[in-house]
Amino acid sequence: MTQSNLAFKQTKIEEPGLHPKDSRIAMVHVSVAFVAFLLGVFGGLLQGLERGGMIQLPSWLGYYQILTAHGVLLALVFTTYIIFGFLFAGMSKTHGTFTDGLRKLGWTGFSIMSIGTVLATIMILTNQASVLYTFYAPLQAHWLFYVALALFVVGTWLSGSALLTHYYRWKKANPGQPTPLFGFMTTATILLWIIASIGVATTVLFQLIPWALGLTDEINVVLSRTLFWYFGHPLVYFWIMPAYMVWYLVVPKIIGGRLFSDSLARLAFILFLLFSIPIGFHHQLMEAGISEFWKFTQTILTFVVIVPSLLTAFSIFATFEQTGRQKGGKGLFNWIKKLPWGDVRFFAPFMGMIVFIPAGAGGIINASFQLNSVIHNTLWVVGHFHLTVGTTVLLTFFGMAYWLIPVLTGRRFTKHANRCGMVQTWLWTIGMFLMSGAMHILGLFGAPRRTSYTTYQDHPQALQWFEGIFASHITVAIGGVILTVAGVLMFYNFIYLGFLAPKGKTEFPITPAPLDTPNTPKYLENWKLWIGVAILLILFAYTIPIFHMIVDAPPGSPTFGNLIK
Amino acid sequence: MHLHKYEKIWLSFGIGSLILFLAILGVSAFAFGHHPPSEMATVDSQNLSEDPIFSNPGLEEIGDNRYRAVLIAQAFGYNPSKIEVPEGATVEFLVTSSDVIHSFTIPGTNVNFMVTPGHVNSAEYTFRESGEYLVICNEYCGTGHQFMQMVIEVVPQ
Repeated sequence: MTQSNLAFKQTKIEEPGLHPKDSRIAMVHVSVAFVAFLLGVFGGLLQGLERGGMIQLPSWLGYYQILTAHGVLLALVFTTYIIFGFLFAGMSKTHGTFTDGLRKLGWTGFSIMSIGTVLATIMILTNQASVLYTFYAPLQAHWLFYVALALFVVGTWLSGSALLTHYYRWKKANPGQPTPLFGFMTTATILLWIIASIGVATTVLFQLIPWALGLTDEINVVLSRTLFWYFGHPLVYFWIMPAYMVWYLVVPKIIGGRLFSDSLARLAFILFLLFSIPIGFHHQLMEAGISEFWKFTQTILTFVVIVPSLLTAFSIFATFEQTGRQKGGKGLFNWIKKLPWGDVRFFAPFMGMIVFIPAGAGGIINASFQLNSVIHNTLWVVGHFHLTVGTTVLLTFFGMAYWLIPVLTGRRFTKHANRCGMVQTWLWTIGMFLMSGAMHILGLFGAPRRTSYTTYQDHPQALQWFEGIFASHITVAIGGVILTVAGVLMFYNFIYLGFLAPKGKTEFPITPAPLDTPNTPKYLENWKLWIGVAILLILFAYTIPIFHMIVDAPPGSPTFGNLIK
Repeated sequence: MHLHKYEKIWLSFGIGSLILFLAILGVSAFAFGHHPPSEMATVDSQNLSEDPIFSNPGLEEIGDNRYRAVLIAQAFGYNPSKIEVPEGATVEFLVTSSDVIHSFTIPGTNVNFMVTPGHVNSAEYTFRESGEYLVICNEYCGTGHQFMQMVIEVVPQ
């Protein structure tokens, strides 16, 4: 593959950078993210090797303890910090420098989040919170773990309000104008996060903390799970939407083009805001206490949230074709050759897009009501989300890091960084193909997720999970080793671009406004309307089943803290 | 809002497929009764010994080669830990938990459901082939989760 020079030509363009104070808050978020990432990756390596029966963990380190650490550090800490880092940087770039007051609010949010993160990490490392990152009651962690989660969420609300206020002030200062897409999408993402995290905050503050402290004797288990999944599914959209922002707003500029359509981009984000919340039951299809009717209702709504991803696929590939043709690509497919395949800022997100095709298809299977029984809680599910968040979202964030970090630290995105990035992308993709591919097939054979090494007393059914040529825990472990190498390389890329690369200017790539921007319908920016519709849909999908869960509840459950130690 | 002609085709195809998928799921569920396990009955998980059904877990013949298996999932096993049925038997599983969340999963079959304390969950399965069927818990339930299993012995007739 030939290396395109496009990336390096563009980096020489002089343009005003971000205000140093805005760069700093963004860079500190990104740095915390990558430290958590490195720790999380090592957790994953140990799990893969232990589960494959290749190593035995020392007595002071539990499998479920590192599984909890892996999930919390990667799915919650890495994602949230890098997303906030990206959003602070992007809002500063597209809506102007933050005021001191708002930046202070952002720092307060960061501090509270970080106190929560450190506290949770301590509780996990001291083996007082091996409840996995879903912390299902009535397994009970130390009460400080739940306090840590509450602090983390409250911190994100403060940082989120800083971003929303910054957008709102721009809107007020520029009446009648369509808001910049970056701000529009940030707003949709943060609104989604705030509405969704009310669910997890409710179960943590009003159920788990009083129960873990002994103030209440019993907990309503199904209600707690339901409030968790009310949050847990939109959580994955909180990861995907910023990745889509990179696809919609950054990638078109990197390939030297312009986003295809403004109104379609806005429509997709509104649909995510509306339909990614009232669908949590598709994670609870196999459990008692929720009727078939409400499960099916939320299954239908789950299928609706596929539509904005279809819209996105069209918009992004239309942008690719339009740009490729402008650069002289002819015929049905020749425009593909005009894309900058050697530029990791394009290539890493592109691999993420490709992976999202099988990942999305797998997701449709998971959500398919009674079909879910084939794969529920099997390794298939783990394979699935290592494709969605672990590859599509992460490769996109990696692709973003190659320009975002040097922008924030006033350094240059060099050829060396690009080459390391290309190698990193390939390693990550190959490692994930082995690991996630094997996990999918093992799942179809019934291998459970979240289970330490076991052959179930050498039962033939379980032994075959170790003996397959491809479908084997051994393949999973090999994939895990490759991913660890890729993970360490990514950490090196972070250190290099953040602290070692030569000083200079790097471009913050943002697409020029799409040509149809002046024709964007006004109602798409009517946030009151969309928040109202989102709340109505939530009330429709959840009111009656939650009412039943409370009114017809069985006697609750006491704490079971002894089972995790 | 302007939609490109190709986009209209793409979206019609996509949304059409989704509607078709949902229709298949819906017909299978509501016309043929293939629902996910969604039992609404409740129990007192801390006093199962006083429960009319779960005070006496085990296997019971309820018809011509039809059985009901009443089982309690607990950390880290099932009570009883083994049941035996003849080949071709249809077994209705009624399972609850006496402590935390577990699952009742027979790998290689469609029997795979959550067992939540306070709730009863159920599934039905016809064992057409003889052999020893492994049952496992696939929801993390504590440090000994990987040991949680039972067997169903299906004996040839």
